[in-house]
Amino acid sequence: MAKRPISFTLNGTETGIFVNEGQNLLEALRREAGDLSPKFGCGQGTCGACTILIDGAPHLGCLTLAEAAQGRSIETTSGLADGPDLHPLQRAFMEGFAAQCGFCTSGMLMAAKALLVTNPHPTRDEVIEAISGNLCRCTGYEPIVDAILDAAIRLQGRVA
Amino acid sequence: MSIEFRKELFADERDDGLNEIGKPKLRQDIEGHVTGRTAYYDDHLLDGLLHMRCVRSPHHHARVRSIDTSEAERMKGVRRVVHADDVPHNLNTLLSLIGFGKDDEQLLSNPIVRYRGEPVLAIVADTEAIARAGCAAIRVDWEVLPHVLDVEEAIAPGAPSVNPAYPDNTFTYEPYDHVKLRFGDVQSGFAQADHIVEAEYEMSPIEQAPIETCGAIAAPETADRYVCHTGTQALFFSLGTTAKLLDLPSSRLHFIGGTVGGGFGGKVDSITEPMAVLGAMLTGRPVKFQWDREEEMQVGAPRGAERWRIKDGVTSDGRILARQFTGFFDAGAYTRLSSYAGHKGTGHLPGPYTIPNVASNVFCVYTNRTPATAMRGFGVTGVDFAIECHMDRVAEAVGIDPISLRILNAYRDGDMKAHRRVAKNCALVESCQVVAGKAGWGLSTDDMAANSLVGSSAERAAIPETALDDEGKAGERRAGRATTADPVPGTRRLPAGTHGDAKEAIPVQRPDMQILAERVGHKIPEPAAATAVTPQKVATPTPTPPSTPTMPPAMAPSSHVAAPLPKPTAATTAAEPAKPAPYKPEKPFSQGVNRPGVSRFLSGSRRR
Amino acid sequence: MTIHHGRGFACINYPIGMNLGGDPAQALVHSTPDGKFMVTLSAIDLGQGMKSVTRQIAAEALGVPIEDVYVDTADSDTGPHDMGSFASRGTHRVGNAVIRAASEARAQMMEAAAEELEVNATDLDTDGLGNIQVKGAPTRSITVAETAIAAQFKQGRTLSGRGIFLIEPSGVDPDTGEMSPVTTYAHAALIVDLCVDDETGEVEVQKINSAYEVGRALNPKLVEQQLIGGAWMGISHALYETTEPYYPDRSHGPNDFNTYLMPGPGEIVPHDIAVLERPAADAPYGGKGPGEMCANPVLPAVANAVYNAVGVRVDKLPITPEKILRGLQANGGARPGPRRPGA
Repeated sequence: MAKRPISFTLNGTETGIFVNEGQNLLEALRREAGDLSPKFGCGQGTCGACTILIDGAPHLGCLTLAEAAQGRSIETTSGLADGPDLHPLQRAFMEGFAAQCGFCTSGMLMAAKALLVTNPHPTRDEVIEAISGNLCRCTGYEPIVDAILDAAIRLQGRVA
Repeated sequence: MSIEFRKELFADERDDGLNEIGKPKLRQDIEGHVTGRTAYYDDHLLDGLLHMRCVRSPHHHARVRSIDTSEAERMKGVRRVVHADDVPHNLNTLLSLIGFGKDDEQLLSNPIVRYRGEPVLAIVADTEAIARAGCAAIRVDWEVLPHVLDVEEAIAPGAPSVNPAYPDNTFTYEPYDHVKLRFGDVQSGFAQADHIVEAEYEMSPIEQAPIETCGAIAAPETADRYVCHTGTQALFFSLGTTAKLLDLPSSRLHFIGGTVGGGFGGKVDSITEPMAVLGAMLTGRPVKFQWDREEEMQVGAPRGAERWRIKDGVTSDGRILARQFTGFFDAGAYTRLSSYAGHKGTGHLPGPYTIPNVASNVFCVYTNRTPATAMRGFGVTGVDFAIECHMDRVAEAVGIDPISLRILNAYRDGDMKAHRRVAKNCALVESCQVVAGKAGWGLSTDDMAANSLVGSSAERAAIPETALDDEGKAGERRAGRATTADPVPGTRRLPAGTHGDAKEAIPVQRPDMQILAERVGHKIPEPAAATAVTPQKVATPTPTPPSTPTMPPAMAPSSHVAAPLPKPTAATTAAEPAKPAPYKPEKPFSQGVNRPGVSRFLSGSRRR
Repeated sequence: MTIHHGRGFACINYPIGMNLGGDPAQALVHSTPDGKFMVTLSAIDLGQGMKSVTRQIAAEALGVPIEDVYVDTADSDTGPHDMGSFASRGTHRVGNAVIRAASEARAQMMEAAAEELEVNATDLDTDGLGNIQVKGAPTRSITVAETAIAAQFKQGRTLSGRGIFLIEPSGVDPDTGEMSPVTTYAHAALIVDLCVDDETGEVEVQKINSAYEVGRALNPKLVEQQLIGGAWMGISHALYETTEPYYPDRSHGPNDFNTYLMPGPGEIVPHDIAVLERPAADAPYGGKGPGEMCANPVLPAVANAVYNAVGVRVDKLPITPEKILRGLQANGGARPGPRRPGA
């Protein structure tokens, strides 16, 4: 099967990989670009564990063709921290005990970041809507919603 | 959400001044979770990784007449077609690792499939897409066989036989086709009751649904070994099962896991690990075997369905005199862990209540559906649903407050449980009182005064004379010689007071491994509170000395609280002349006793 | 169309550890050259916090700060045998194995410190901050780091320990069902408030009050995580989840999360929790496992509340709108039950 080259920006770094025809972006990011932070949970677009940002907007890696990433800017949880300094969302999730098994966490963080970039002062209902495509089987969601609201407060005065 | 810690309750049993215990420390794994660096089984990049997928049965029960793999084998990128006879030792049951049950399930099935979704063949290919296309290109000629899906239809005469290891469609709990619980005589209890309350309850299969699906990646390692990255909930269960199915000494397997994206019971069955290692053995390359979400939903073993019938005999003031259960665990086509649920469910009866007459028949039944396995609350969730719905029915029948009914019947320290062990460390009453207070559900003064530490009595602590029966020996039911699944009236009597010994923790093997008494962190209350009202126990020369001299008193539960009612001694015999000699079963307890703890497959090569 | 309010109650106990025992756990503890401690296991952390609670237990048993302990699990080449994460056995079984391994390592550590301080080991205690002191004379002390360095490079002594914990395996009497299932039980009692729409059959859970008795909250935040998430799963089991909606018929089974239903973040139920702690005699610091039992009382409490609201007993899970509507039809409409106290 012929592989095709694509290039994009991954967490600020110019990246080039070869992908199979029809390969999805989740698999390409994980296997070819070596970014393991987005997770495979269903491959059906129903769990949100593979949520990534393409040009700032949340997308599902499993439902996106890898070739559609050509020339785009992609963000994942791997790039959320500023060097060794964790992002306020990460701090809020840690200290708010908003993860148990951690498998949905990457997707949750990306969905939350997409929200806070466009809406720095979300209401509780807006947070709930922003993560309504992301499933969590462990926490019952409440600590996650609380952590995102907490992160919004921590972020006041700076850009998400 | 709010949470409060009611430290004032049982405060005298705890040391709350510990250094690290009781503190809200951050999770060790949390930084990995929020940075995406936590490595789950799928987060290992191996060069040349191949992908494995299965061809599955579309039928509930069928025979494979023939399989045509020619088209798949011609496909570019298909590396290997894996047949049932590629599995070196293709028959297993999960609990054989603890010596419980007969081998009854193949890793790849041939020639009979017994549930829809059962794998018959696997394809290993360069990509997942090619593996899927390869599976779609396999042609299987099926001969459809009759099937049965309902547990009670399955145990009726004439039903199709599901599993040849258990041809009567019930797991064998020697010598019976079910687990019996007999305590007192429910028939006499029903006769004395003012109300009889009967109902039937059912729980449909439930998917564990962890966000990470089941899977494993295996690869040839050095020194003639295979490494396997796995999401298993039980590392050595999976390693031992793989060693057995693939006829490998365990020393050739290196299993890495421990970091799992949710389990909830669905990752104990150890199916993906032997499949991945088999793929690596046959191709010499890294192989991933990972279920997709559809397989997780319909092929991966769910929490099994359960059906429970409960019959209670109750006095007009709410005392439950007799409680009878008939329970069915729907195992699906193979045993997996359902046999264990039969015992665990029975051990849980009759719920956290002290009831003088209890009987139950609990069946583990084979049907032509996806095998069932563990899930959060395994063996207990369904019966708790039944019991607690039934308590609501009883409260209504008697005309008593539902919480008051629970407190009236709740077990207390020192009470005798239906499995003939003494209740201890109880806290049901306090839990009821606290939640009632939180929700503004007013309770009577008597209910608020109740206490788990007191309230037992000689009567509640006693083991009654018990009605026994021989109904339901294995094979009788489907031959038409056992006509009801419900417990039948007894045909013989077991004397009052008959019991064996409670089992406890085995002491440390060297004194240095024993935590110092002053560092244990909690006090073990003297059993006086409950036993003061039990003349029989007061008359007994207790406490017995600690079992080992190195064991400090605070860690010697086996010599204090945990002790069951002592076997009749000179003192008790004098007080109660009718007491029989200690119970000696004719046969040793059969089920679950033969537990070597470690399978012979876990070390060295398999002996034939 | 009428919305009917209902209140339901349920209480349960839950066995801690594998039924009939026979499920060992092992642990190894060793010190690094400068007095940090590694705990090596083959136990599984599937989100319940196995790594975190064993780290806390090891730190307590060793008498050192939690920051000086790290838990490594699970590699079959290095981690000794453990049965696995199921049956609410992790805290109880693995926790006890860790206590035993840590106690042996601690005994070596105290001997090494005693040799350096020229006192008897029994006269020494840890301060939990990384120091070992003479009891009653805290100025005579040595750090854990100095102790480990002396043990390793001067005394030729390891600071390490092994632990195994096993409840003696046993069987079941086939005639009476007599058995020793487990050595301790956790408890829970729970009150659910909900409303039922008698036109659509839909249930909205409005409030949960709960009391959970967990032996000891070894880490209150980990306990809280389990109790919130477990109650959520209980509601999900009660009202939504099944792979076979017309069991025993196998039709209409879901294949994805669009058809396998669970409550989402929009259906978070306010939940007020009380935690009770009656330590179990043979449990690590008394702690029982809260992870499984927390979901169980929710199912019957929801069913009982639905009955209280509209008079329909749905005895087959899950309690779907279809089943409620069929019940209402059979009853000729809603028959609200008595108003429960406090409702």
